[in-house]
Formats: sequence, structure tokens, C-alpha cells
Amino acid sequence: MTQADTLSAPPGAPRRSFLQALEVDTRLLGMIGAFVVICLVFNMLTGGLFDGRFLTPRNVFNLTIQTVSVAIMATGMVFVIVTRNIDLSVGSLLATCSAVMAMVQTAWLPNLIGLPLDHWAIAPLAIVAGLVTGAVVGGFQGYLVGYLAIPAFIVTLGGLLVWRNVAWYMTNGQTIGPLDPAFLRLGGIGGTLGVTWSWILALVAAAVAVGALWSGRRSRAAHGFPVKPAWAEAVLSAIVAGAILGFTAILNAYQVPSRVLERRFEARGETMPEGFTQGYGLPYSVLLLIAVAIVMTVVARRTRFGRYVFATGGNPDAAELSGIDTKLLTVKIFALMGALCALSAIVASARLANHTNDIGTLDELRVIAAAVIGGTALSGGIGTIYGAILGALIMQSLQSGMAMVGVDAPFQNIVVGAVLVLAVLIDILYRRRTGAKT
Amino acid sequence: MTEMASDPYDGVPHGPVDRSGTPLVAMRNMAIAFGGVRAVDDVTVDLWPGEVVGLLGHNGAGKSTLIKILSGAYQADSGTIEIDGKPVVIRNPRDARAHNVETIYQTLALADNLDASANLFLGRELTTAVGLVDDDSMEAETRKIMGRLNPNFQRFADPVSALSGGQRQSVAIARAVYFDARILIMDEPTAALGPQETEMVSELIAQLKSEGIGIFLISHDIHEVMKLCDRASVMKNGQLVGTVDIADVSDDDLLGMIILGKHPHEAAA
Repeated sequence: MTQADTLSAPPGAPRRSFLQALEVDTRLLGMIGAFVVICLVFNMLTGGLFDGRFLTPRNVFNLTIQTVSVAIMATGMVFVIVTRNIDLSVGSLLATCSAVMAMVQTAWLPNLIGLPLDHWAIAPLAIVAGLVTGAVVGGFQGYLVGYLAIPAFIVTLGGLLVWRNVAWYMTNGQTIGPLDPAFLRLGGIGGTLGVTWSWILALVAAAVAVGALWSGRRSRAAHGFPVKPAWAEAVLSAIVAGAILGFTAILNAYQVPSRVLERRFEARGETMPEGFTQGYGLPYSVLLLIAVAIVMTVVARRTRFGRYVFATGGNPDAAELSGIDTKLLTVKIFALMGALCALSAIVASARLANHTNDIGTLDELRVIAAAVIGGTALSGGIGTIYGAILGALIMQSLQSGMAMVGVDAPFQNIVVGAVLVLAVLIDILYRRRTGAKT
Repeated sequence: MTEMASDPYDGVPHGPVDRSGTPLVAMRNMAIAFGGVRAVDDVTVDLWPGEVVGLLGHNGAGKSTLIKILSGAYQADSGTIEIDGKPVVIRNPRDARAHNVETIYQTLALADNLDASANLFLGRELTTAVGLVDDDSMEAETRKIMGRLNPNFQRFADPVSALSGGQRQSVAIARAVYFDARILIMDEPTAALGPQETEMVSELIAQLKSEGIGIFLISHDIHEVMKLCDRASVMKNGQLVGTVDIADVSDDDLLGMIILGKHPHEAAA
């Protein structure tokens, strides 16, 4: 870094530090730093800094698929909290969406419509039913908040009880399963892209990401705006491409156990060649999270809707005086949150292979904690999608790391709770130092 | 010409403003009550192109409320608004903007967490061909207009919460004048400004006036009104005390209207 520092000060230009020149969010760097420290500490505690069990491809793979459900909902919670609302009902709404999808695929479609089990249309229809349920329920709660002016805390506290028990009533409290095989592929390890396609996708993604960085730079330069130095852009490009390819390499390195492969060959009536191995590659559920993250980031930054979400959070009166329909906006935000709960419900129930009565219990707290650890301010107006996802990842790492180390269950929750409060304290101190308003 | 016949200020000696045509805005018999309190009670004001009309009165006299009816923040209980002689209905700020009514609020109404260009275009974002907001184009436009209004302004990437009072004010002013305003409402535009920035606002008002824009200027400062306005309408307890031509009155006359609710011409009579 000191070396780069000297590089960054060309003669005549004002001297800028390496990080300033990169123009990256220092808060993001802090979070990544915290995440890296957590990973290294757990790796050390599980066998040694370089040969621990925490940073094995297998554990990284599991950690990733465990994070997906909470992370998807956390992206929506960012919008909710940014507009100075809260949604306590997401875990329960997830259960209702999961119950609807489970009932659609195991009971309603086969029994009422007569669609045979394992029919190709079952999974898509179930997913659509779940998404509609989530969006309608969310939109209804948003209507109560936006138009009838009932505080979001109360509406969604009621929703927490209502939707948990709507799910219970719909399923008679039973575990519903087994779910449709195509549906199960969205659960994580049951559906992965394979090594080759993962590499192809990673290369395309890296190329697109780097291309986007440079086309943004060209556009700014074309308007005559100041741009960061070319070397800084190059460093950023390298980091982004490296992260995408590195992440793919780790997930690709997780090998399918040989007995699973043997069974697959036997099923086809073949014998497995000696020394045959195969990696899992990127799970579909993780690809879903990445897609959600990209879409939500574009929505937040590059659409009017996203702009209005942040404007309303920053100053609701100003937003209204600028002609923004903040009531309708609230409905849209909660409907989006509901649809994201449905997406999470797909991943969560597919991972368990069943709909269970307690699915998503306490998820509302994990989701809010992820968003808040990720830098979303409860006072409104501030928050990022990537922060919320990183927040979810940090929480999941702590949880599963402590489980691996053998920390007693009560202590696990004590630590996670303390970390939540500490993260917010650090955030407040950070904002005070950088002079930003909280 | 029927508007002229019913014009309550007909017969008041005209200043340099040409008031022979149709008024740009006429708010007639406006009334609004909040929980039994008559905040605005049967008030009639009007505004011609290229004219600056000062709205004076104590805190709570109803001047901001009156003007918020025109900007769409409040809906009147009764009364009619005419723009270019045609009756219009203004239900919300969007309607007001559609009639080229722009407002600079006393609170500035800025989203503190967004940067200058996001605030300037809030509610009217420029978009690309695929409908995404075009931040680069908006920043380019913002740089252009800020270059005219406040050439020292360079903080385009910072949220407006990081800006000084004068810089924030210039963002709010830029937002009002960028979108071809024909009717501009300025609510205490210089209350938070230093002398130099106040001078800048005065120059801006003179320039906008010369472009034929009509301005309602809400102010506490009698000297400012005497200097900048062509006419002044004074309100007290929600009612209109009267509208006078600035050329005909003294500071003391205006003070008498504000404090005592006494119309100078009546007193003279």
C-alpha cells in the first residue's frame, strides 16, 4: 500500500491516498476486513491458519448455500429500513409462501387439476403461486402502512403472528413433502451448475463486470467529469475479476463424494472409471442470490423507484413535495419484500426437501440484523444491497464457525447478539468521524 | 378583460410591470382551515408576468399556507386558482409542476442523503433509452446550471447534507429555475444566507423578472420586500390586510399593515 501510495502521486497533481484514488466505500472495506478476520480466526481455531477446516471448499460451499435465504430477504429489508419502516413478518411470510408452494405442488395441482406428480409444469406453477402470494401479502401490509398510516412495526408484528399461523392452518401443522424434484434443485447442493459451466459463467461475468467499469469511466470522461486514474481503474478491475474467478474456483474445488458419483454411474448401468472426480460448481441457489443482488442493486441505483426509495428515506416531506407518491411507494416496497420472501421460501424449503411448520422461524431477526450489520441506518436514507448480503454472510459465518469450534448453543446466540450491537456502535462512530449524518 | 374589472387592486397606480393583460396567477377567495383554525380566510392575490409580489405577515399569518395551496402541498377548502386566466385544479405537487409552478421552500425540501443532481432532478429524473436513470446526463446538466448560479460550487459527488447553507440554497434554487418555471414561489429564500449570497439571490430575482417570470416572495424582511418587490400583499390572522404598490408605501406603512392590520390608504382617507 505504501508503494502504491507513491505511485498515486504524479507530479503536479494533488496527492491522494491509494484508497481515495480507488474511490471505494471505506465502510465496505471495513466490513470485508471484519469478514476476513472472522474467517481466519475460525480457520485457526479449527486446525491452523493454513490448514483449518473453516476455509475448506466444502465449508465455503455450505456457508454460501446457508446464507442465501436470509441474504435474499435482506436485500429487500434494505429498502424497507431505508424508508424508515421495518418488516417483522418476513420469517412468517416465508412460511406462508413455502406452505402455499408445498401445497400447490403436492396437493392442489395433482388433486384439483389432475396434473401428475413430477410433471414439468409443477415447479414453475408452484413458484409463481408463491411469488404472487408473497407480493400480494406484502403489498397488503404496505397498503396498511402507506395509506392507512398504521406504523409498520405494528402491521408487521401482527403479520408475524398471522402469517405464521396461516401457514400452520393451511398445512394442518404437518411437514409437507417430498417436494417436486425440479423444485428441489433450487435448494443448494441438489442443483449445481457443474465445473465447466461455472467457469464459463464466471469468465463471462468477470468480462461484463470489467466492461461495465470501463464503460462507466468512458461515459464520465465523455461528459468531461473527473475520473479516477487509469491505474486505479485497472486495480479495481483486477480485484473484481479476481474475486469472481476466485469464488468460482473455490466452489468448483468442492468435489462430489466418490460414493455419490459411483451411485450415479450405477444408475446409468456403467461403472465409474478409476480416479474419476467431479466438482459441484456454482449452486443454482447461489446464482439466484447473485441475480437478486444485481437486480436489486440496479433497482436501487439506476431506477426512479430506487431513487425515490432513498429520497423518501432521506426526507419524506421533500420527497412528497417533489411529487413522489410516497404512499404507493410504500406499497411497492412491501410488495417487493414479500416477493423476495417467496424467493427465499423456495430456497429454504428446497434445501430442507420439505415444507416444515417452523420454517423461517426467527428469520425476521436475522434479516434485520444482516441489513443493519451491512450498514443500513434505521434512521433512514442510508443502506446498500451489497452491505446487507455481506452482513448476512458475516452472521452466518459467525454462527457456523462457532458451531464448528464447538461453542455451546447459548453462547452462539449471545455472541451474535453482541456482535449486532457492536456493529451498530462501530457504524455510529464511523459516521460521526466521517461527518456523515446518521 | 372581465378579470381586470373584478381585480381588487384596480386603480392602484401601476409600476413598471405591465398589468394590462391576463394575470399569470389569480388566487381568488382562497380558504383553508385546520381543525377549526382558519389558516387562510377568503384571501385573494394575483401575480403578473415579470412581477415580484411580496407576501408579508407575522409567523402564523397564513402566508406559507396560502402559498402551499398554490404549490400543491395543501388543498384549499374553497376558492379558485386561475393560471393564464384559466381555472386550474392543483391537487398535489405534480399538478403544480405541470403548470410550471416551482417552489423554493423555506426548509429547502432537499433529500439530505442524495447528491446535488439527484435532488435537482428529484421526481423528474432524466432516463436512458431503457428507462434507467441517467446520472451522467443529470450531473452534466447540474454542472451547467450550477456554473451559472454558483460558479464556486464543486461538490457534485457529496450528499447535500455535507454542503454549507448557501450551497444547499443554491441547489434548491437551481431545482426551481431549471425546469422552465413561469411562476416561482420563494419562501424566505435569504433567511439562512450571508450578505454575499443574499446579493446573489437578489440578482437572480432581477434576472428572472426580466425573463417574464412571476415571483411570489415570502419574507419577514421589510427592507428586502421594499427593494425587490413590485407589490406587497400583507396577511394577518389568515386574512388579507391589503395589497399595495411598493412605490406608494413606506417601511412604516408596511409595518403598520403587518402589526396593526391597518391599510395605509384607508388610514389616509
